[in-house]
Amino acid sequence: MVEKKVVIKNETGIHARPASMIVQLANKYGAEVTLGKDGNEVNAKSIMGIMSLGVSKSTEVTVKAEGEDAQDAVNALVELLESGFGE
Amino acid sequence: MNSISVEKILEHFHLQQINQTPIENMILVSDIKRPGLELAGFFDYFTPDRVQVLGRTELSFLQELPKELLTERLDKFCSYDIPCIVVTRGLEPPQELIDLSQKNQIPLLATDYSTTSFVSRLTDYLEGEFAPEVTKHGVLVEVYGVGVFIKGDSGIGKSESALDLVKRGHRLVADDAVIIRRFMRGALVGRSPKISKHYMELRGLGIINVRTLFGAGAVREEQSIDLIAELEKWDDTKNYDRLGIQDDTEEILKVTVPKVTIPVRPGRNLAMVMEVAAMNYRLKSTGYNAAQEFTKRLEETLRNGN
Repeated sequence: MVEKKVVIKNETGIHARPASMIVQLANKYGAEVTLGKDGNEVNAKSIMGIMSLGVSKSTEVTVKAEGEDAQDAVNALVELLESGFGE
Repeated sequence: MNSISVEKILEHFHLQQINQTPIENMILVSDIKRPGLELAGFFDYFTPDRVQVLGRTELSFLQELPKELLTERLDKFCSYDIPCIVVTRGLEPPQELIDLSQKNQIPLLATDYSTTSFVSRLTDYLEGEFAPEVTKHGVLVEVYGVGVFIKGDSGIGKSESALDLVKRGHRLVADDAVIIRRFMRGALVGRSPKISKHYMELRGLGIINVRTLFGAGAVREEQSIDLIAELEKWDDTKNYDRLGIQDDTEEILKVTVPKVTIPVRPGRNLAMVMEVAAMNYRLKSTGYNAAQEFTKRLEETLRNGN
């Protein structure tokens, strides 16, 4: 199990476009990837799950992964989340 | 740690505040206390962390007390860390209680309900608010009155089969993320996160609104979870349950839920399989187990043949 915490920086939070970017990236990995906020965890490969978390700016989220490429998955997702989705 | 503000209770039950103290306390337990022996002076097992409810009995008892003793008891009572005191039936509490609760910053509230009725409503409400909760990946649908929680890897076809079920007249509760709560006596109830309520995502189509597409009869706000249907890729090397005699289960929030594992292969009508699984669950809960009946019949035939 690999786990890392990230604070969301972009102004509008994780809205539809960032959510679909996360899902696309997470789906490249075989590992089971989850995104957590306030103890609620959702599958990072499912767009409705991520959007229903309702992550706004300055919120801390936890990226977790379990499986063979877990480390790569967490690294890639953390990089994406920290990049502010190019906004 | 779970907690509810006293202010929320005040709003939910339309309580009136009798004293002037700011309402900032939090309630940390779902139990309720009617202080009886405490008012009579026995504080050994007092549970001050609970909401304290005073009804006609308690107030009449206080009225009977000599002034000095009344002040002494109430002073001790209010010296504890109490989240709030509620007086029922719109009764008027003694002035001493108003003053002492004010001094100790304990909100003193009033309701018109009778004590029993208020206690049972408050218990229900607090139990609900304090119920443990977890968000799970999956789809929740109601099929013939049975709450079926469909789980499986992303892309296996959970949403598609749920949509198929909706088309057949069943109801969608939540897609993708299901908030599951455990109520008293181990009942699990699932609902959708507010944001994604009535919405669903289908590969190739994107986000659709099930309610506007299929009508109000196609959705449901809440549903108990009775059965888990796990979808998994068809694996030729794996042995699937062919008889259904062994009951598979899975735990959610420490509640054991019956589970069926359904292997997925292109062309297999999953919605129909799940409909049958739901009906079979209902049959089983009324005491009829097809698999057991069948094997019993087989055994009888074999016995008679010999």
